[in-house]
Parts: sequence; structure tokens; C-alpha cells
Amino acid sequence: MIGTGILKGMAVTARNFVGSYFEKDRLITVQYPEERSPLPENYRNFPFLIYDTDDPEAGLRCVACKICEKECPPQCIYIIKSEDKKPDYMGKPQFYAAVFDIDISVCMSCQICVEVCPFEAIKMDKVFELSKRERFDALLQRKNELAKSNEYYHSIHPIEAAEVDAKLAEAAAAAAKKKAAAAAATAAGSTSAPGTVPVAPAPPTTP
Amino acid sequence: MNTTEMLQPPPAMTSRLDGELMEVSMGPQHPSTHGVFRMNVALDGEMVVKLKPVFGYLHRNHEKIGENTSYLGSMPYTDRLDYFCSMTNNWAYALSVEKLAGIEVPERAEYLRVILAELTRLQNHASLLGFLLSDMGAWGTPLMYAFREREKILDLFESLSGSRMMCDYMRFGGCRVDAGPDWMERAKKIVDLFPKFLDEFEKLILSNEIVIMRTQEVGKLSAELAINAGMTGPMLRACGVNYDIRKVDGYGFYPRFKFRVPLGEHGDCYDRLMMRALEMHESVGILKQAMEQIPAGPVMNPKVKIRAFRPPVGEAYGRIEGPKGELGFYLISDGGTNPYRYRVRPPSFINLTVLEDLCLGHTVADVMVILGSVDIVLGEVDR
Ligand code: SF4
Ligand code: SF4
Repeated sequence: MIGTGILKGMAVTARNFVGSYFEKDRLITVQYPEERSPLPENYRNFPFLIYDTDDPEAGLRCVACKICEKECPPQCIYIIKSEDKKPDYMGKPQFYAAVFDIDISVCMSCQICVEVCPFEAIKMDKVFELSKRERFDALLQRKNELAKSNEYYHSIHPIEAAEVDAKLAEAAAAAAKKKAAAAAATAAGSTSAPGTVPVAPAPPTTP
Repeated sequence: MNTTEMLQPPPAMTSRLDGELMEVSMGPQHPSTHGVFRMNVALDGEMVVKLKPVFGYLHRNHEKIGENTSYLGSMPYTDRLDYFCSMTNNWAYALSVEKLAGIEVPERAEYLRVILAELTRLQNHASLLGFLLSDMGAWGTPLMYAFREREKILDLFESLSGSRMMCDYMRFGGCRVDAGPDWMERAKKIVDLFPKFLDEFEKLILSNEIVIMRTQEVGKLSAELAINAGMTGPMLRACGVNYDIRKVDGYGFYPRFKFRVPLGEHGDCYDRLMMRALEMHESVGILKQAMEQIPAGPVMNPKVKIRAFRPPVGEAYGRIEGPKGELGFYLISDGGTNPYRYRVRPPSFINLTVLEDLCLGHTVADVMVILGSVDIVLGEVDR
């Protein structure tokens, strides 16, 4: 009979309408600015720079190697490498980024900068309320706006941050071991006969 | 009036006024053109006598950008082709680069790719049905039901890849992050509940007399024309041509799964609509098998370099059965970090080429239904 299909459809609509008031799992509306649904761990938005210790200027892990600038697909990172070296958070003299800008009106949140950075210096943020009244300068994030502490990173991506810290600690331990071995080798080399000096000169331990 | 009479299309309006044709420009700002698509339609009364599609409003130079950025750098751009199905776009691109460079993909990553591609197919087809029905005048209800389900799948994508639509999830030689056990649990739950939605949706709409009248015998496409025009995907299968790249190429691990390829018979809008509904049932079947079989292990081939990736000199064409049809990427490498040639074979664009043949002799109102049943996304058509 003509019309049964329509009536069947109406029944479905009616059931859904009633259900939307009573079924617990369907009462999903969140009153946004007051309530917020939690963001998943992997959520990503725009990149930020990590600093260790509590100095947002000297503690930055970034050494201005410019790999992220080169790999960023829409080319929204702009870096000027410093002329001089400054001691970083571990006391090692390093180049640093004199200028580090990210144009978040161009950034497409692809996370490639994070993947290519060899120093774990740049990570993805979760802040999405970034609307500004001015569309050029205000959306260009400078180094001081981008710098965020490692604790902040732990608070937004706890699992990932723990992994990164473990990896860095491992690398630091390996580096310390190598350094100790090198120091031992130089010590040994200075006492042994000239013919047995190691081929590669050990790096100086103190600047 | 009995049913068969009602199911006939309206009799052709004969032009009693021997006037000239009226040209109407439908789009680019038209709610039913699925984006910024424009059709210049010549009308005789209400009948379409000529239709000229106008593309290019969303042209973003995708291929040229691809030739000027690194291989990895094109991956996030592929998300923006067909922004409904970023996972399958990623897969097609990753597949062609893997072919080009001869990269192996770990087993778990292949399974994850199948799972994500089938989830993409579910949400694409569900929202297509919703859009199609809202083009027909069923404003809101079916689309909202479809979006309710789609939202669950997008939440899964978000918690896995970090973004709902611009997933940028796959990499050459695997996937970016692994899916944890709780993600898999959630995905299983959603897949288990999906058939319930399908039944509900079918009850809601597929036996509805108005839908049947608006879609049956509308926009008929012959198998011959479909093959000659190079159509693929549900559009082609609705004409009864058994061609599914998942079966033909057997890429990924598809040969390991049992599934059927639904085929239509008439090639009209109703068959195309049904094709999507039936494919969703098959996808649910594939998903269940894949989630059962997925092994533990790494998701990324450790030998693949992320920085300064250079495939050897050569060319490769990788293709997959995307939700809309054959999605392929053709790459020529000259050994550098950028492809020498980067070409996309977009299913929506090629399926759209027969639009005029489908629309001739139908009324303006049918044009929207026909266009809806082709399933286009302008990001992919214009690139
Ligand atoms: S963020 Fe990383 S990749 Fe970019 S310049 Fe700094 S250290 Fe290099
Ligand atoms: S997320 Fe992507 S687009 Fe944004 S700065 Fe990083 S590499 Fe560039």
C-alpha cells in the first residue's frame, strides 16, 4: 500500500525523538564555554617550543638547525639562526634561534615539524581558542609566545611526554658514558706510546 | 493511480510556447551542489536540454604543490583532496610512494589501514545518503542521523590521529602512531552498533515511496557508457559492472577477508543509493574480520627515513578503491627529494564527466538528485 514506507519512516523518527530525551548515551550536548568535553591525548593543533628549567629564553631546546623550517609543507616557520653561541640548559654552548616565528594562519597542523625535529624541541599544542581581533601580526606567533615549559607539555600529552623524557634521559646517559670513555681514552693516550694514539681525536671535554 | 503508474517519471513537458531556451546558472553558491560547483543548464520549460559543468572554484594547485614539496610534505595536502575521506587519500598516496621506493609495510599497519579505510567508507557513505536525501527535500532528519554516526567515527579518528578530518595519519612504510587496546575496544563497539543504524536508516528511508519515485528511473547510466567514461566505484557497480579494486588488485590485505561486491542492475539513482547502503553492510563485515585478526607488532617500518627521503629514479602508480571510486596517485621520481611529476586520479572528477548524459531529459529538480547520487567532493574535483 502506498504510504506504508512513509509511516514506517515516521515511526523511526518518533522513536528517535522520544529517545533523545531519555536515553542516557544520547544526552551528549555539552554547554561549551562552561563545560568542555575532554580532548584526546593525541589531539594536535599548533606547534610550540619546549624549554627545560624555568628560563623560557635560555632553556629552549631548539638549536636553530632549521630542519623544521625546511620540511614544513606550507613554509610557515621562519627562523634566524644566532651569530654567537650561548650555553643551553645543560651548559653546552649552542646556537639558538634569534628569531623563531610560526604563522598560525598558514600552519595546517600537520605535525611534520614535530616528526623531523631531531632535538625534541617542538611539539603540538592543544590550545584552540586563538581567535584574534587583528589578522596579520596577531596570528604570527613569536618565540616568546611559542615557548612553553616541559611541565606544560606533560600536562597536555602525558603519555607522549613521558616517552620523550625517557628517550632524552637515555640519550643523555649514553652521551655521558661516551664522554667518560673519551676522557678515559685521552688519559690513556697521553700515557701510552705515541703509536697508539686514537685515530679520531677525542672531543674536548671543557670549552 | 496504482503503484507502477506512480513510479513512472513525470511525462515530458512539451513546449507549447515556442520560446527560446532559458539558461540558468546553478551554483557555485547553491546548497545542493556539495561545495562550489556550478552548472550552466539550458532549460526548455523544466526539462534540461543542455548542461555544462563549470569546475575550478576550489582549485588549489595541488599537483604543482606536490611537485615542489618533499614526498612527506604532500601527505598532509592529500587530506585536503577529498576531505571526507582523508584516511583513504593518505593510503593511496602512501601506497604509490611505497611502490616507487619498494617499501615494506608491517602487518599490523596493513590491518590498521584496512580498518581505517573501511571506517572511512562507512562514514562517507552514511553522510552521502544523508546529503542525497536532504537534496531531495528530506531536510535535516536523515542527514542528522547519518552525521550522528559519522561523528562517532570521527571521534575515533581524532583520538587516533589527532584530528577529525585532516588525519595525516599514514606514513611511507606504516602508520604514524599505534592504536591502543582501548581504541580498538571503542572501535569494536561502534562497528557492532553500526548495523543497528543501518537497519534504522533503511526503515526510515529506503522503502519511502517518495524516495522511490524520485530516484527510480532517474539518471540512468548504461554499463557501456560507464565503462567508456572511465567511471569507477559505486557509480560503476550500480550499472552491474563487477569491478572493485579491492578484489581486482588485492592491495593491502583485502584478499584475506571475505566480502561480497554488491552490484546494481539499472544504473539509476536508486541503484546508486542502494549500492552505498549495501556496501556499508559489507564494510561492517570486513571491519569485524580485521579487528578479529589484527596481530600485535610494530606499525612502522624502521628502515624508512623521515628526513630527506629520496626514492630511486622511476615511476609508480598506486591505486585503491576509495569510497568514491578508484583513487590513484601517479608519481615520477628523478631521484630527488621532490617528485618530478605528481598526478592525482580523482574519482569524483571522472565520475562527474557523465553528468550531462545523466541529466538530459530530466527536470531541474532531478538534476540535484542525480548530482547527489554521483557523490562528489569539490576538494577532489578541483584539486
Ligand atoms: S625546532 Fe627542532 S628542527 Fe626546528 S630548528 Fe629547532 S631544533 Fe631544528
Ligand atoms: S604543523 Fe605542519 S604546517 Fe604547522 S608549522 Fe609544523 S610543519 Fe609547518
